[in-house]
Amino acid sequence: MSDAIIEVRNLSHAYGDVLAVDNISFSVNRGEIFAFLGPNGAGKSTVINVLITLLSIQAGEVSIAGHDVRTAPDMVRRAIGIVFQEVTLDRDMTVREILEFHGRLYNLPREERRARIEELLALVELEAKRDARTKELSGGMKRRLEIARGLMTRPQVLFLDEPTIGLDPQTRIRMWDYLREVNRTGTTIFLTTHYMDEADHLSNRISIIDNGRIIVTGTPLALKNGLGEDVMYMETSDTAGTEDVLRNLAYVRDVRQKRNGTVFTVTEDGTRLLPAIMDDVRQRGIAVTAVNLKKPSMDDVFVHYTGRDLRDEGARKWGAGRGRSR
Amino acid sequence: MGGRAGEIPVNVGFATVYWRDMLRFFRFKTLLVSSLVQPALWMAFFGVAMSSNFDRLSAGVMPGAGIEQIGYLTFMGAGVIAMTTLFTSLFGGVVILFDKNWGLMRELFASPIPRTHIVLGIGLSGVTKAWIQSIIIMIFGLIIGVQFFAGYTPVDIAIAVLGILIFVGTFALGFLFLSATIAVSMESPEGLQGIITLLTLPIFFTSNALYPTTAFPPFLQALAVVNPLTHLINGIRFFAIGSSFSAIGIEFVYTPQIILTSYLVLLGFCVGTFLLSRWAFNRAEVT
Ligand SMILES: Nc1ncnc2c1ncn2[C@@H]1O[C@H](COP(=O)(O)OP(=O)(O)OP(=O)(O)O)[C@@H](O)[C@H]1O
Ligand SMILES: [Mg+2]
Repeated sequence: MSDAIIEVRNLSHAYGDVLAVDNISFSVNRGEIFAFLGPNGAGKSTVINVLITLLSIQAGEVSIAGHDVRTAPDMVRRAIGIVFQEVTLDRDMTVREILEFHGRLYNLPREERRARIEELLALVELEAKRDARTKELSGGMKRRLEIARGLMTRPQVLFLDEPTIGLDPQTRIRMWDYLREVNRTGTTIFLTTHYMDEADHLSNRISIIDNGRIIVTGTPLALKNGLGEDVMYMETSDTAGTEDVLRNLAYVRDVRQKRNGTVFTVTEDGTRLLPAIMDDVRQRGIAVTAVNLKKPSMDDVFVHYTGRDLRDEGARKWGAGRGRSR
Repeated sequence: MGGRAGEIPVNVGFATVYWRDMLRFFRFKTLLVSSLVQPALWMAFFGVAMSSNFDRLSAGVMPGAGIEQIGYLTFMGAGVIAMTTLFTSLFGGVVILFDKNWGLMRELFASPIPRTHIVLGIGLSGVTKAWIQSIIIMIFGLIIGVQFFAGYTPVDIAIAVLGILIFVGTFALGFLFLSATIAVSMESPEGLQGIITLLTLPIFFTSNALYPTTAFPPFLQALAVVNPLTHLINGIRFFAIGSSFSAIGIEFVYTPQIILTSYLVLLGFCVGTFLLSRWAFNRAEVT
């Protein structure tokens, strides 16, 4: 048995004429936090829905925790927990009833159900809300309750479709803490997001997905370093001379004047090159008065690979996305 | 490792679905009260008004020797039970449409319980509601003068009520399965409402709920014969009134064969709609 708990090979999915997922392959290792990062309509939810057996698989192979979604969907269902993109809580059931219902659906014995509910209410800090109806919860509390529900059955993999969409920054950071905690106890996490920082800070590995295809996969660090585009800024006593020095270095590109300094990019890890560059400049008798080094952000990675900025789309989405609880 | 995911205990998923639906039923007090009061009101206004008319019209008709003459209110009491069951059951599937539109159905569809258990759970909760309503109507009816169980011993009454509940339960299940099938295949509540209304009217008016079907033209009579509502009403009248009686100047005779046939028709209808709902649920996709 390999280390992969999710194996996807050549998965495609179409809605009528619309090809939403176009021949993607990836695998997630046991114990990982793995993120799909992509703009609206990229196909993230479609992939998740096939993986969790809500959509029947059209083309390709998917195996979850060793079970094929095509031939053993029931085994897959028993092995996973799910947090859907939209809120799926009955407005008029209480927090405890939501968890109780889920536990019964999966046939947890009564004792285990009770114990598990207490344990999870403590984890997501909803003990005080145990008898509140879900319509009385804030957005963040609802999301926490849904995470607790997804964990009721001690799944091997927890799937989360945009877990923090619409939550305020503090709540999102708390949510990441919960998810890290869950992950520490051995649950593999597969999430989708269109938030750069979420993918960056929370996940061990990221696949950037756009137009139904995976464009690149890697750890956040590798993706950012892989761009090889560290941007540097340098102020010196002789700007023209500095420029001259820089142009003769093989790993320097795009030298430009900016205010009283020089901006340039380097094609290798800037933190290691900077001391040598400064030495070269000083050797020409030029004094270095200020330097700055900027590593590429996840945004830069995204723009680089998709040729688009995702921020505006993310902001727009928000209005339409949530609030579908009943 | 495989142990915790591997064991598949006996599945009682339908009991879980039933539990939740009952929870909702008793939580929404207005829904609860209105579903109980509405049939009583029907009985009170329509029944009393109509019976004063019909009883006057048929006052001169003398029944044959030894045949018990019953009032219109008693005749119609069975119809009100049946009609209430029909409405409640046909609308019973609406909850599925709501669950689907609000995304709640995803939790069920992505869980290991077989799809048929969703239908069964909703069906059983609908049957429970229909039983509660039927019992309320019977009690209320007896209070306002419906002569059900006249001259019965307590044991007779117990058997009669059981018989009525079995007929009501089978009929309700059949229409709940039908309603669930329509609901899971539809997108909007308006569409569902339209279809249900379209179904209710002909079912109701080609039945023997309010008047006997013997005077129907042949075409309508054929409809009445295949109409499950007619067969439910046959059963209720047989158990609540007796095997032979006369109402509105017409003699009714229910032999055990007729009643058995009526029950088999209901059972067949129930099995048929169950298979239909199983097919519809297995092919439904909810995302
Ligand atoms: N039920 C459906 N019927 C038809 N087309 C659909 C359906 N669901 C999704 N699509 C289309 O498939 C594509 C992928 O949609 P999907 O919901 O998977 O994207 P996503 O990455 O989850 O987007 P978002 O960030 O908005 O949730 C889109 O072009 C969308 O219009
Ligand atoms: Mg989505």
